[in-house]
Amino acid sequence: MAENSSTTDKATEPDSTPELESTILEPPGPENPHTATRSELSEFFRVLLHAGRPSFDVVRHLFNDDVTNDHVTASPVIFHLTWLMGFVMALVAFSVLPVGPAFQITDLNIGLLFVLGISSLGIYGIFLRGAGSLREAAGFISCATAIALALLGALLLSGSLSMKEIVQAQLDQGQWFIFYVPVSFVIYFFSSMVAADRAALDGPDAGSESVGAQMAKYGILRGAIQALPEYANVAVLAGIGTTVFLGGWLRPLASYHDRFPDTSVELLDVLPAIAAGALALYCFRLAPKQDTRKNRIALFSSAGSCVIAALLLAASLFWRDSVMQGLHGAFWFVAKVGANIYCFHWIRFRFLHSEFDRFMRLQWRILIPTACINLLMAAVAIVTSQNTGLPMRFTTIVSTAATLGVAFWLALHRTPKPSMQAADAE
Amino acid sequence: MTVLNSILFYFLAALAIGSALLMVTRRNIVHAAIFLLAALLATAGIFLQLQADFLFIVQIFLFAGGIMALFVFAIMLVRPGIPSQPPRFTRQRFVATILTLILAAQVFFAVVLGSGSLRLAARSVDIAPKNTEAVGDALFRQFIVPFEIASILLLLAMIGAVVISRRNRDAFD
Repeated sequence: MAENSSTTDKATEPDSTPELESTILEPPGPENPHTATRSELSEFFRVLLHAGRPSFDVVRHLFNDDVTNDHVTASPVIFHLTWLMGFVMALVAFSVLPVGPAFQITDLNIGLLFVLGISSLGIYGIFLRGAGSLREAAGFISCATAIALALLGALLLSGSLSMKEIVQAQLDQGQWFIFYVPVSFVIYFFSSMVAADRAALDGPDAGSESVGAQMAKYGILRGAIQALPEYANVAVLAGIGTTVFLGGWLRPLASYHDRFPDTSVELLDVLPAIAAGALALYCFRLAPKQDTRKNRIALFSSAGSCVIAALLLAASLFWRDSVMQGLHGAFWFVAKVGANIYCFHWIRFRFLHSEFDRFMRLQWRILIPTACINLLMAAVAIVTSQNTGLPMRFTTIVSTAATLGVAFWLALHRTPKPSMQAADAE
Repeated sequence: MTVLNSILFYFLAALAIGSALLMVTRRNIVHAAIFLLAALLATAGIFLQLQADFLFIVQIFLFAGGIMALFVFAIMLVRPGIPSQPPRFTRQRFVATILTLILAAQVFFAVVLGSGSLRLAARSVDIAPKNTEAVGDALFRQFIVPFEIASILLLLAMIGAVVISRRNRDAFD
């Protein structure tokens, strides 16, 4: 009889809970997570709690112990220098990236060198970590060489190291530098993928096949802080590529100035608002199709923020010119960096990661020699157009074709490598 | 401002000298490398204080980022698994004393003889924007011959190192 009553209680429980919960207007604790229906308000609080969970976790992990091997007598200073170094350097590198003409922390006249120098210091974070760091550092140095050589091709055109002036030079010459030195951009793109340890070309870290030292030796939070520079580096490298090759904050067709009749609004300046509005519409359409409430709320809120962004971008057209330039510049910069990062991940998801020796061979036998030739050819093209008055478009096309020819020759004529194999066999 | 400047200068100078001393005296070779890095970075800071932006970043990029990285490479390759108690110093006091005295005499004479002429010219307001151009001009116009000779020398050294290492490898086979 007693058993019977308990089963009927369980059966009727779902029916009784709505009345029970509607009287209590506080968020339910974790004690009954599987009740069938809830009042909207309590559901809202529950989702909020879930959304806040990552930040609670951070606080929790803050107090985790580090895993240190006492018998190895790890030096505490070096131990903590390791995770601080990469983290600080990655964040400092952000300070000279120009996010639009209005948003830049400081414009150094050695801006580009500053970013590269600071991020080259980040390598000490890798070194001091220990395990496997030699391989990582070797990969890092080889791709840093290719990156520097590729950037030099564009620097010949800009004539300045200041990030702002590099963008200004692209505005003055009426062309993004990617169209003048496309080979440089391709080399930069692949090398920066290697530098940022993205998969497919993640030779240095090979995060998809091995456990990095930062995960094995440090507590969760310090491990996470060491993983953070990787993502910061992705953004920094994409930002450099955007500034140097893709015209930074410039709008596509920046020298096209046709306006709407009777207004001061340029035709192409409505593009950002339209893009943000379209994104909002897309999110709105996608939201009801989600099967969990959490996803729906996330999509609805992102749609809302897109609407706000679209309104801001549209309203700024009628504000002062400096406001308009600043906001729209930021939009274009972020959009280009986003596209760059999207391509990183596209390649990451599409291809398997390559072996270390293979990507080192790609770097040293193909990318770096091609970058050298490309630099020479770009210089020749610039000098030719300065001396003969031929348009830069023509001379750079010829020089690019020549560079590509050399690159194909390098790729096809693989030198036999008996000595390398002998060295590996040892 | 000048007070702040000199405070900053003495801080950086003390940092450079202190870490250079520690670099020489540390037993653990990795610690020594890190102190060398600190000394290089402090020197870079002094360059920055003198508004030599380009030298500052070259110091970081080439010395701290490049050359020191290669040093650490060499340390790791030569000595995988650094022992916790590395061997003691070989103390060649006699030679060391003579060399130190010679060096001290040089510095002393340089300071005494050049005390009138060593004074730095007052800084012009803002020389920074022309920094990179000035260095490029000096290297590729004024001192092009020494520069090229040095680069050929370095190239020869590099090729020589490659040849020597290859010969050793062939001997192993």
